[in-house]
Amino acid sequence: MEGAVRPTGPTRSLGWLVICFLVLPITIVFPVSLTDRRYLSLPQDGISFEHYANLFGNREWLGSIGQSFYIGIFATVIAMAAGTLCAIGCWRLSTRASEFVRALMLVPIIVPTIVYALGIYRFWVDFRLLDTYTGVIIVHAVTGIPYVVITVSTALAGFDARLEQAARSLGASTWQTLWRVVLPGILPGLVSGAIFAFIHSWDELVVVLFIASRAVFTLPRRIWDGINEHLDPTMAAVAVILVLLTVVLLTVDLTVRRK
Amino acid sequence: MSERRKAWLFIAPALAMVVVFYFTPLVRVLWVSVSEPALGFDNYAMLFTSAPIQRVLITTARICVFTTAITLGLAYLVAYVLTHASPAGQRLMMIGVLLPLWMSVLVRAFAWVTLLRREGLINKALISLGMIDEPLALMWNEVGVTIGMVHYMLPLGILPLWAAMRSIDNRLLAASRGLGAGSLQTFLRVFLPLSLPGLIGAGVLVFIFSLGFFITPAILGGGKTIMVAEYINHTVHESLRWGVGTMLATTMIAIIFALLFGLSRIIDLRTLFGAK
Repeated sequence: MEGAVRPTGPTRSLGWLVICFLVLPITIVFPVSLTDRRYLSLPQDGISFEHYANLFGNREWLGSIGQSFYIGIFATVIAMAAGTLCAIGCWRLSTRASEFVRALMLVPIIVPTIVYALGIYRFWVDFRLLDTYTGVIIVHAVTGIPYVVITVSTALAGFDARLEQAARSLGASTWQTLWRVVLPGILPGLVSGAIFAFIHSWDELVVVLFIASRAVFTLPRRIWDGINEHLDPTMAAVAVILVLLTVVLLTVDLTVRRK
Repeated sequence: MSERRKAWLFIAPALAMVVVFYFTPLVRVLWVSVSEPALGFDNYAMLFTSAPIQRVLITTARICVFTTAITLGLAYLVAYVLTHASPAGQRLMMIGVLLPLWMSVLVRAFAWVTLLRREGLINKALISLGMIDEPLALMWNEVGVTIGMVHYMLPLGILPLWAAMRSIDNRLLAASRGLGAGSLQTFLRVFLPLSLPGLIGAGVLVFIFSLGFFITPAILGGGKTIMVAEYINHTVHESLRWGVGTMLATTMIAIIFALLFGLSRIIDLRTLFGAK
């Protein structure tokens, strides 16, 4: 009696239709980026790579991509180091206190970013960190920690704790056990965590709207201004690059996790 | 050094960073809401007296309810099909769920703008097909905001629902069929009740994320349909009324935690966030 309530044909089709609704609208940026017109449209008399040339010849766009990349890498490294240690610490303790720490880590995911943006703006005014790389990196790292803690905790739940005990009883130190046994054992979870933390920073707009203005002008900020001010097809070319980056990162994640 | 001590040393850096750089600024928001421009609850009185604020709150509530209802219906369908799909079908469907989830929210909003605006691709297509004469107003109104929000929220609804459905014991369904119930009856009286906690959890989650959503509503609402997050941004950035902005922010946090508290009495919250 396997599959006693298998969905019928029409139900299945509707399910796939919803998947199409999820994926297809995004693909529209591909043809629009190749348009031969100067406004957002499908190609009319042939395709053109002019908008890609605009993008790669434009110092502002390239500058923003570079800034976002730089901030994303630093934020990811910090979030990974702190988040992974925290997840391992909680996993070793498994007490009510460590459960509380994990619950606390969910708060930044639940509270709307706009609320935090108000607070951190006032905070950075006092610390003179408005519109600085340091200010943005700290914020992205701290708000990225929860994603790392969740992903690494999930990986640890599937990791055999006896391996760690075996290493310890054979004389390995805390750090040796960590580097040689635990971390390699949860590598797929670490890769996922790092990708999550990077995307979180790379994509973050709301806080940046508050705490950065001129010196730091990240990619999401430039896209935001583009959408609100001049909708030209260069935006579609940027969108294509971002879609491709997402596809690459998702492929890496799925490949690592399937092993 | 004891093992417990060492474990806490591992936890310390992340905990310290989150407390100092996240919770301290958050508490500051609460404080500003009762201290600017003057000490007291005057800002909160505006919830009951200010017509513009009430309008924004009602718009927000309406959009969130519609978004959550539509998202849940579609997400339930996808999760149901996903649960019963072949391994290959599951993999493909999962990619269809994860790809938009990981996709930049700005890219998604931008794609919807190219499709929905007055000179957008949907209106052009409909006009050239002769189905309409005048372009339809598909964005800069609640319709556009809801479409964009449902698109954003769907993966966030599908994943917890899928997790809930996967944990349903297939033998219960087989038993129901074996005892003579039809497939519709089995679905309505066995599968649906068993998936109900997942449905409620996903619903609260989507509603909470909708409530404070800024980017997509701001872009697709175009300043005409204004939700509370955009209103807060406007109040603080343009009119510099920090007291009002932080009051609305605090109200939002209060509503969210009240919802989560209610939810925690029904289901284990950790399952919802994949923390367990």
